[in-house]
Amino acid sequence: MVTFKIDGKEIKAKEGQTVLDAATENNIEIPTLCVNESVLPYGACRLCMVDVTKGKRKRTVTSCAYEVAEGIEVDTKSEKVIKIRRMVIELLLARCPESEEIRQMAEKLGVTTTRFKPDEDGDACILCALCTRACREVVGKSAISLINRGTEREAALPFYDEADDCIACGSCVYICPTGAIKMEDKAGTRTISWPNCSQEFKLKACSACGFYFAPEKQLEFMAAESGVELEKLEICMSCRP
Amino acid sequence: MNDKQQKLTSVAELEKKRQGLNKQRSSDAPMIAVCCGTGCQAYGGKKIADAFKEEIEKHGLGGKVEVKTTGCHGFCERGLLVVIRPQNYFYQRVRLEDVPEIVSETVIGGKPIERLLYESLATGEKIASEEEVPFYKKQVRLVFGDNGYIDPYEIDDYIAVGGYSAFSKVLSGMTPEQVIDEVRKAGLRGRGGGGFPADIKWQSSREAHGEPKYIICNCDEGDPGAFMDRSLMEGNPHAILEGMMIGAYAVGSSIAYIYIRNEYPLAVKNAYRAIQQAKDYGLLGKNILGSGFDLEIKINRGGGAFVCGESTALMASIEGKVGEPRPKYIHTSHKGLYNKPTVLNNVETWANVPLIINKGADWYSKIGTENSKGTKIFSLVGKINHTGLVEVPMGITLREIVYEIGGGIPGDKKFKAVQTGGPSGGCIPENLLDLPVDFDELTNAGSMMGSGAMIVMDEENCMVDIARYFLEFLEDESCGKCVPCREGLRRMREILDDITQGRGEESHLEMLEEMSEVINDGALCGLGQTAPNPVMTTLKYFRDEYKAHIQDKKCPAGVCKSLITYHIIEEKCTGCKLCVNACSYGAIEFMGKKTPVVLHQSECTKCGACKEVCKLKAIEIR
Repeated sequence: MVTFKIDGKEIKAKEGQTVLDAATENNIEIPTLCVNESVLPYGACRLCMVDVTKGKRKRTVTSCAYEVAEGIEVDTKSEKVIKIRRMVIELLLARCPESEEIRQMAEKLGVTTTRFKPDEDGDACILCALCTRACREVVGKSAISLINRGTEREAALPFYDEADDCIACGSCVYICPTGAIKMEDKAGTRTISWPNCSQEFKLKACSACGFYFAPEKQLEFMAAESGVELEKLEICMSCRP
Repeated sequence: MNDKQQKLTSVAELEKKRQGLNKQRSSDAPMIAVCCGTGCQAYGGKKIADAFKEEIEKHGLGGKVEVKTTGCHGFCERGLLVVIRPQNYFYQRVRLEDVPEIVSETVIGGKPIERLLYESLATGEKIASEEEVPFYKKQVRLVFGDNGYIDPYEIDDYIAVGGYSAFSKVLSGMTPEQVIDEVRKAGLRGRGGGGFPADIKWQSSREAHGEPKYIICNCDEGDPGAFMDRSLMEGNPHAILEGMMIGAYAVGSSIAYIYIRNEYPLAVKNAYRAIQQAKDYGLLGKNILGSGFDLEIKINRGGGAFVCGESTALMASIEGKVGEPRPKYIHTSHKGLYNKPTVLNNVETWANVPLIINKGADWYSKIGTENSKGTKIFSLVGKINHTGLVEVPMGITLREIVYEIGGGIPGDKKFKAVQTGGPSGGCIPENLLDLPVDFDELTNAGSMMGSGAMIVMDEENCMVDIARYFLEFLEDESCGKCVPCREGLRRMREILDDITQGRGEESHLEMLEEMSEVINDGALCGLGQTAPNPVMTTLKYFRDEYKAHIQDKKCPAGVCKSLITYHIIEEKCTGCKLCVNACSYGAIEFMGKKTPVVLHQSECTKCGACKEVCKLKAIEIR
């Protein structure tokens, strides 16, 4: 265990834990948009920045990636970090003018309008890469990835239409913090729409009740990964013994 | 060629090899050194070298006069460069047709050819010898010096001038700790931009847990106007290899990488060749020179993303991942490439290492300023008479570099600013020209050493436009990972677009300052953090120019098209019709001979073609 201070309060944390985790455990709220416990720290949204004083040195770091250390002093509300957070959210407000989630976060940070011209073709994607990281780190597929760089960057399928690796599991949809990825199941078909591309996947009907309950490719993937026979997986949760 | 060279198996054998080479070579022997750096190759360097060889044969001097195709000599603006040794006659702007005369007059006759000599800009006096040319006179060419003497393609040339003697000194009698200590005492700081002390990186990596340890040479030089690492890698690759070998020995590494931009084909080629030769000589591989020390050096070619010069992005790229930076709260010297202890230094840093070992930390630390030791290579470009690469001791003033070495500003124009440190550097104004150039002084002035690009600007450069240009470059090169850099730089550029196009508002300046501060504090990597520097320094030193754009809707330098108009000065115009013919848009009307022409603003695209052709200076920008 290490002992250190957050906002003047002395707390203990496990070695190797991030400042953000330790703060959360102690009910100290630090805003984030690109953090999810299922995936590794990434440090892209910069909302979680805090000031850390270690000995004589003071620096501004992302608390999602910075590990706790004995004797450090963390300031989660310094003038500097508040400035960064407000600017970041102001920039995102202009990027995603339609996003309710961004608007709420902005409000929380005391920002109601943006001085920048809202993007006309703006979608809700803030490029936090949670979707691509979940696909790679949790599902193990890398079916979608971030393509291009800088302002041209986007999360997409290879060549926008190459869905061979996608098992239609919808992990990217569930993890997206702004609802930029949409999914709809209808008449035996699942449609997943990423900001700039969309694909349809066949759903499997339960061999007992006939309800379309899961994507065929996901069941095949699960069978291959687990070694369980495919037939055994083709029964929906309600019908399983 | 020594392709079938037997492996050298001991330090003694290497020294014997050197003695053998030097017996065959005399420092007084006539030599024609033809610059074959990338710039001079474009002037036909190889063809000219071949022509020299033919001419030498023709005169029956084969074997007596050596024709050497060397790396870059630095004075690129005057290419093609040829130096006749031992007299060191310096010939500039040499063309193929000059070859026979050089051989008969200078090589055989011993006399310099006036026409090809450098002419002093101040006095018009012809200067014969290389050392006396003002461009070279104030330089201290420690790292670059051998470039003009050796063929980068021949390891024997490097060995003959003392190459690999530092490495053999290390192998035969220095402990890794002693090597690191020597580098510490020398005060070597990283030449790639940050100026981080090399010994701390080395020590920290040496002490870090984890095997294997890696050594990396960063040759992903991507700053506009910078080409010193390129010229070193092209012109003297063995010096870099030797530095890396010494570093690897000190850190305890047996695998090293050179990361080179693929847009540097000659550098890639020469590096591959140098590694192969070093392997053939037993200077790389297993049990080097019988010391028990193993080292392999591999080459990774970069695909052209500017951000891959950032250390963590570079490491990701070597690992085969997308070249994006990551937070480095745990130093790469502990967890770098493949999460193992890694020392990354830039080309020029590595090339300094053999010097330090050979001549000693005491000697080295006498050069430079208190906290910045040794020399630094700068690429001097822009509005400057002598474009090229200059190596100067730390602490030299900007004025000396610009006016004495660089020969000042062409065409009687007034100096305005010099931008140091590449696109993320700052613009330093005239009143700071006496600033001593070192890591700390440049940082204090709001700029940085960076990799060493120096872009000189004159009165015809608009500082707002310059800031916009560099911001656009970095916006384009931003990887897009973090919000402040990806979204922030774009918005800053949009504001600068507004200002340069006449839509500027008073509030814009404050907003630019606020954004600069946030991006500087909040961006993930060095690219984003330093990106606002050109905006911050121009706002600091050239605020009036911003105000002229915003308040008066004028561009004082006459650059921003939306804010300028071209006018005919009727008293000066004789109706010669040159401008009428030059205008592709028919915006200038001919009104008859000896009558001033008329410029129709509605048709004018402000391309400036008319002003350029007018011999009477009868066209002005308002």
